[in-house]
Parts: sequence; C-alpha cells; structure tokens
Amino acid sequence: MRESHIMKIHYATALAAVGLVAVHILMRLTQGFAESLEYENVVANYQFLPYAGLLEIILILLSIHGFNGLRVILLELKQGRVYEKAVSYGCLAGMIALIAYGSRTIFMVNMGMM
Amino acid sequence: MAQAYEIDEKKTPTSKTITLRIARFNPEHDSDTTFMDFSVNVEKWTTVLEAILDVKQHFDHSVAVRYSCRQATCGSCGMVINGKPRLACFTKVSELNSDTVTVEPMHNFPIIRDLAVRFDRLFNTHHKVKPYLIRDDSEITSNTTKELLQSPEELEQFIQFSNCIKCGLCNSACPTMATDSSFVGPQALAQAYRYVADSRDKGKDTRLKIIDESHGIWRCHFAGSCSQVCPKGVDPAMGIQFLRGYMLGFRS
Ligand code: HEM
Ligand code: SF4
Ligand code: FES
Repeated sequence: MRESHIMKIHYATALAAVGLVAVHILMRLTQGFAESLEYENVVANYQFLPYAGLLEIILILLSIHGFNGLRVILLELKQGRVYEKAVSYGCLAGMIALIAYGSRTIFMVNMGMM
Repeated sequence: MAQAYEIDEKKTPTSKTITLRIARFNPEHDSDTTFMDFSVNVEKWTTVLEAILDVKQHFDHSVAVRYSCRQATCGSCGMVINGKPRLACFTKVSELNSDTVTVEPMHNFPIIRDLAVRFDRLFNTHHKVKPYLIRDDSEITSNTTKELLQSPEELEQFIQFSNCIKCGLCNSACPTMATDSSFVGPQALAQAYRYVADSRDKGKDTRLKIIDESHGIWRCHFAGSCSQVCPKGVDPAMGIQFLRGYMLGFRS
C-alpha cells in the first residue's frame, strides 16, 4: 500500500474515533461511573446491540490507528530491511490480534457464553 | 575537558572580549568531543565565522571549518551556535547576547572534523526529488527562441522556496532526521514543492510518487523546527503541508 493511503486511513480513523468516542462517553454519562462498571451493567451494555456495535467499531478504528502509529514510531526509531518488514507485519498482526481479542468478548456475551 | 587560550591582540575602545568555545572532534582518533576555549576580541559587527577565523589565524590553525562566500549565499558555514543551527557568517556575536559563544558541528550530519560535516545525505536526498524542471523538451529544442512565461502570481507560488542555499540547517534542526536515517528531510521536501508548484514544470506526479514512501513526506510530524532555523526564509514546513495538500486532495 502507498504510504499516503495508509496515512489517509490513519487520519480518517482518528477523526471518526473523535466522533464515536464522544457518543461512547455520552452513553457512559447516563450512569454513574462506578455503577457502569458493575458486572450486570457491563453485560447489559454489550447485549444492547447498537451500543455493542459502536464499541466494536471504536475497537477496530483505534486498533488500526494505534498500531499504525506504533509502526510509524518504530520505523523512525531504527532502519533496516529485515527490521522494517518485521515492524510492518508485526504491527499488522498485533492489530488483528487486538481486534480479535476485543471482538471475542462482545461475541461471547451476545452468544450467551457469559 | 576545556582548555583556555587567550589571543594577545590589541583591544580597541569599542571591542569586547568573549569566550569562543569550539567543539573539537576527529573521528580518526578521538572517541569523544572536547571543547576548547579561546578568548577573542569582537566588535559589534564581528560574525561568529570571523571569530573562528581569528582563532585559526592567531592560535590554532587546525580548527576545521567550512566556509566560502561569507555572505549567506554559498551555504557552507552551517553550525550549531549556542545550541541553535545557524550560518556562522550570518550570525553576529553581538546578537547572541552572551559572553560565551559555543560552536558545534551541525546535528544529524556525520562529522569530518571539528565543525566540518559531510553533506552526502543532503545532496542525495536533494537529487532524489528531481530538483529541476521536468517537461517534454521538444517544446524548447524545436524552437530555441521559445520562452516559458510566468505571471507574477505563478512566480509567487514558489519563489520563496527557490531561495534555498542547501546549507542543511533545516535538516540539522529536524527531530525526525535525528533518528530516521532514511528520512528524505525538510530540505529536499521544500525543493520538491518548489518544482511541483512551478507552472513550467510537468513532473508533479513523478515527484509526489518519490516522496510518498515509508521514509518520505509522512514522517514529518509538524515540529516546524526547519522553518525556525532557515536563514533564507524558505519555510520548509509550509512547503511540506502544501505537498500533503496535493496528496490528500486539497490542492491540485
Ligand atoms: C480520537 C482521538 C485521536 C486523534 C484525533 C488522533 C490523531 C492522530 C494524528 C493526527 C496522528 C499523526 C500525528 C503525526 O503524524 O505527527 C496520530 C498519531 C498516533 N496516534 Fe493518534 N489520535 C487519536 C487517538 C489515539 C489513540 C486512542 C491511540 C492509541 C491507541 C493513538 C495512537 C497514536 C500513535 C501511536 C500515533 C503515532 C505517533 C505519532 O505519529 O506521533 N491515537 N494520532
Ligand atoms: S531550506 Fe533553508 S535551512 Fe534548509 S537548506 Fe535551504 S536555505 Fe538552508
Ligand atoms: S560562508 Fe557562505 S553561507 Fe556562510
């Protein structure tokens, strides 16, 4: 992928995250902070599909943004063919792993496994 | 380790004595930079380069320094003066408001000796962005009297960027240059813009492609240090944002 395409995604995910995280925070304000972390409420939130969908999208956006950001930092830290390949594929793997792990929680709750 | 040397020269009523602290390093046999202190007499108009040449003439001829024009034109005398990259010939000792003037080689450049650094990387990155007009030359070669006219507005688009003297001060100030040994750098990016924005040039797509790679334009993080130190008012940071404008679709 061209670097400009990657960076367009980087900026777009950041912008989208600003909007979606704002909605996420507003939703959290409907409850007290301690209350919102209670087991039943957390499960209930995940079972409310539109909200769970929002969280899933934020997870995907910020995983892409964060791991690409990490790739940028690491590429500037050290150079070399093998190192740069390892950084690029490593960050891609981390991104996928984090999305998979986060999604797992949301899916498990909704499939009645929790 | 600092050594002190004094130049026994007649002081004039208007002169002032300052300490010129020069970084000394020879990669062939030194493991570390040492500083040597020299007391020099300066007038209100004495430049840092003149003070260094004074030291060379009167005390230590072996101080390595590169210079030529002495008028901010050739771009040879860039160095770090009291912590900031500047041209030694374009910086008066009096404007530094300090009794000690420390001169070090430019950062982000390999040191040849003392204040002289290697420019290979700057010349390579400069060359890489094709710093010349790209166009189908048959237009000019078939008609040798043809002129490529430009309106004042078209000239205004890039004229500021054509003032670059390749001194490297911007690259020396750039934080990305400090760690990313493959970064194309503010000097070359400013020159990429200079030609992309020239109405006579047809090489925009070629150049944008060259700088659109993993160590290209996107490794600039808006620090703006380049524009702060440029002695010719080039503003590489602005050129970089303009280039990004083309790539993100805000400019055409
Ligand atoms: C929603 C708010 C956010 C916005 C508006 C935002 C915006 C940006 C922008 C514009 C850049 C590029 C900076 C540059 O090129 O110099 C960037 C870089 C980066 N972002 Fe974010 N970001 C946000 C949230 C996050 C979060 C939550 C993370 C962590 C998961 C993150 C991790 C990074 C990293 C690691 C970089 C690379 C460092 C850098 O280039 O300076 N960002 N962000
Ligand atoms: S842009 Fe300015 S600081 Fe950079 S090399 Fe050109 S003249 Fe020197
Ligand atoms: S000696 Fe030419 S720029 Fe300073």
